[in-house]
Amino acid sequence: MSRNTLIEATLNGEQVEFLCEPRQSLLECLRDVLELTGTKEGCLTGDCGACSVLVDGKVVCSCLMLGVEAQGRNIVTVEGLADGPRLHPLQQKFLEHASLQCGICTPGFLIASKALLDGNLNPSEAEVRYALAGNLCRCTGYDKIVRAVLDAAKVMRESAGDRRAANR
Amino acid sequence: MAESTGNGFKVIGTRPIRPDGLDKVTGRAKFGADYAFPGMLHGKLLRSPHAHAKIKSINYQKALKLPGVKAIVTAKDLPETANREEAAGELAVNPHYLSRNILAREKVLYDGHAIAAVAATSPHIAEEAVRLIEVEYEVLPPAMTVEDAMKPGAPILLPELRNADEGDKQTNIARHIQFKLGDLEAGFKAADFIVEHEYKTAMVHQGYIEPHNAVGIWNPDGQATIYCSTQGPFEVRQFSSQVLGVPVGKIKVVPAEIGGGFGGKTVIYLEPLSVLLSQKTGHPVKLVMNRAEVLRASGPTSGSTIRVKMGATRDGKITAAQIWMAYEAGAFPGSPVGAGAMTIIAPYNVENRMIDAYDVVVNRPKIASYRAPGSSNAAFASESVIDELAEKCGMDPLEFRIKNGSREGTPQPVGPPFRRIGFIETCEAIKNSDHYKSKLVGPNRGRGVASGFWFNAGMSSSAMVNIHADGTASVVTGSVDIGGSRASMAMIAAEVLGMPMTDVRAIIADTDSIGHTNLSAGSRTTFATGTAVYDAAHDAIRQLKERAAKVWEKKPEEVDFRDGKLVAKGNGVAPMSIKELAPRFARTGGPISGRAAVTPRGVGPAFATTCVDVEVDPETGKVQILRCTVAQDAGRAIHPSYVEGQMQGGTAQGVGWALNEEYFYDANGILRNTGLLDYRMPTCLDLPMIETIIVEVPNPGHPLGIRGVGEVSIVPGPAVVANAIYRAIGVRMRETPMSPPRLLKAILNKRAAEEARPAAAH
Repeated sequence: MSRNTLIEATLNGEQVEFLCEPRQSLLECLRDVLELTGTKEGCLTGDCGACSVLVDGKVVCSCLMLGVEAQGRNIVTVEGLADGPRLHPLQQKFLEHASLQCGICTPGFLIASKALLDGNLNPSEAEVRYALAGNLCRCTGYDKIVRAVLDAAKVMRESAGDRRAANR
Repeated sequence: MAESTGNGFKVIGTRPIRPDGLDKVTGRAKFGADYAFPGMLHGKLLRSPHAHAKIKSINYQKALKLPGVKAIVTAKDLPETANREEAAGELAVNPHYLSRNILAREKVLYDGHAIAAVAATSPHIAEEAVRLIEVEYEVLPPAMTVEDAMKPGAPILLPELRNADEGDKQTNIARHIQFKLGDLEAGFKAADFIVEHEYKTAMVHQGYIEPHNAVGIWNPDGQATIYCSTQGPFEVRQFSSQVLGVPVGKIKVVPAEIGGGFGGKTVIYLEPLSVLLSQKTGHPVKLVMNRAEVLRASGPTSGSTIRVKMGATRDGKITAAQIWMAYEAGAFPGSPVGAGAMTIIAPYNVENRMIDAYDVVVNRPKIASYRAPGSSNAAFASESVIDELAEKCGMDPLEFRIKNGSREGTPQPVGPPFRRIGFIETCEAIKNSDHYKSKLVGPNRGRGVASGFWFNAGMSSSAMVNIHADGTASVVTGSVDIGGSRASMAMIAAEVLGMPMTDVRAIIADTDSIGHTNLSAGSRTTFATGTAVYDAAHDAIRQLKERAAKVWEKKPEEVDFRDGKLVAKGNGVAPMSIKELAPRFARTGGPISGRAAVTPRGVGPAFATTCVDVEVDPETGKVQILRCTVAQDAGRAIHPSYVEGQMQGGTAQGVGWALNEEYFYDANGILRNTGLLDYRMPTCLDLPMIETIIVEVPNPGHPLGIRGVGEVSIVPGPAVVANAIYRAIGVRMRETPMSPPRLLKAILNKRAAEEARPAAAH
């Protein structure tokens, strides 16, 4: 029988320690060990993006990464998107644009969208579609998701502009 | 959110944020696989590596000895079940076959057919145990297509299967249905043009992102609880009761949030096994499929072969239609070929017609419903033929449809004539759209149109509307929210009660906490459960009037309810809001709870018409969708954003069906594309924005005019893409998917034929 390993990582801004079997994926560790079930399993082969998380700022399919590989990493899941009681602009725009129907793919889309907007606050529709091409949604035909991401980018640009103005 | 709807409603027609939205963007919403209980075990299934084989023996002694393994079950642990068809949702279910689909008994009938289930302390141990189970098979040749299965001498899947045509002969044809009307011969004689072709559609999967799941908890007092993601908790209860031989009253089903279904989560796979394993072990047991299991063994929809012969006069009147259609049922009877036969020419008034439809068992997974089941296959054939006829008549394809289109009074293929329907309006909406009026320029580009029809379903629903002590309300239903229906239910209740939607909580109850409610499918939730909510809210108002009458010392009939306020008829008593009345409930007769249980008859059929522009790469055969517009008759759009969402989602699935999706079996009947890389569903990059035109021709059978909007938008999908490809490059595609290799082959064949022609003239 395989032995458990103690892993230390940063998860949604907090230091965490957890025990994981060598064969457990990061997705399993998040869901079954750390009880953060917001990250979803859709395929276990890295094709659907439902399990997307940020690892050191990059989008990763958590089903393709072992839990032990999380040692020392900074991980962000859907549970870590909101700033306390304040929703992330992406979350707010997904609600306003009715970008989710069943909602199972939503955590993955939010994470992939955040990764895009963290690096580019002024993406074109094509850039949004490219950034989200690793996430499957079967309900929406993507229309309202793409609109929400473009709208969230606009809101974030505006508030970044406000912050700059305030700092001046 | 105080946007005026301009239709006389205050709430209906606005776009509030859905009640469950916050939980779903923060990761808090609990889907089936998110449930965990103390002491819970994990289960995995052994599945057949063969398409068709006799099971000679199963030996799981080695597996049982693996540390951590707690129980293993096979079909021997399930009772024999009755061999008879029972109505269930959109399709009929036979418990005999349902049980055999959940665990194979005498034979395995498809690659992936479940044989045994293991419960262990971790999913990994359960997986290891599955590999230790030894099964001895006698491998049989498979029948993989309707043609193979219908051939004389074909391998027989179910030795007991008979049909009315063939007497006591063993067969793979489970049923032959025929619809006849008018004089076929005279109809074709009157035609100036006749088009006749054969069409094939590949088996495709619903493709929900959330795999099937179930947690079963059996208590020693004989009470069982199932937590699962399903479209129909009451159906899960009924089916599980049949498969387990346990009375319905002993099973409670708690519906979790559901990660997509599209018809695929209207049947059961894991649910009774989770209970059975819990019974054997005394622990809660969780079963979750992986993606390969979903594709190999959960309900796809039928592949099909359809031959259509249709005639029209020179001035564009359809005179006759003859149709032969055979649908793959999968391993057990029950394809949606009946629905296919009833929808295939329903959009048109065809006086002379004959339709022969065959339900055929093949060595593939038992099909389940898929969004307007049976209709998209059918429309691929009929809407392609319609396009050819329109071209022969020199007519605009929308004009041709409008000229022949069904309207109020047109006879349906079965049943009474249509009441008020909106088919013509969807065609007109596309005709008048910016998209259709725009010019499409550039080489290898083409624009196609196609239409679709779906009955929509009624069935039964229950609802409660409770008025709280502060005058707010909760609306409780048994309809699982698969695409925003909590919003619609809260909005209907709010509209009737004259409250803001934010004062209404929408609750989905388990099977013990609300009256019987059929599944969220058949585009029925907003229509039928919406009717129950409407009636329950009116029941609450009736009670409110009685209370106000008590306060005012009047008769109930002397009290009106207007704009959310109780108003005394006649004299000058000031109107009273529900909020003002609510604190007096206790003193005037107790709590107020409006109730309704309905089986509404006034189902309103749905029509959609779609227009797409495509560009074909003649070197690779790849098709890009450039622009797409869909018009659909919603009857009444309660929350327009979620109506648009249904239209966009169905259209996207239709495009996937058209261009890429297919079950790819090898010569031995083994599925070769068991992952989402190879089972190729549309991504963000494959689609443009999907423009929507909501047509509202109110359904005369519903107090608010609701029709239901969940399904019909998929129906035109395969045909509209085929019609656009033809306009782009002059090639008629008559088989789905119109994938790059298949389209490239057709392009090369066309080129070769064109090059051969001048040479032959020399």
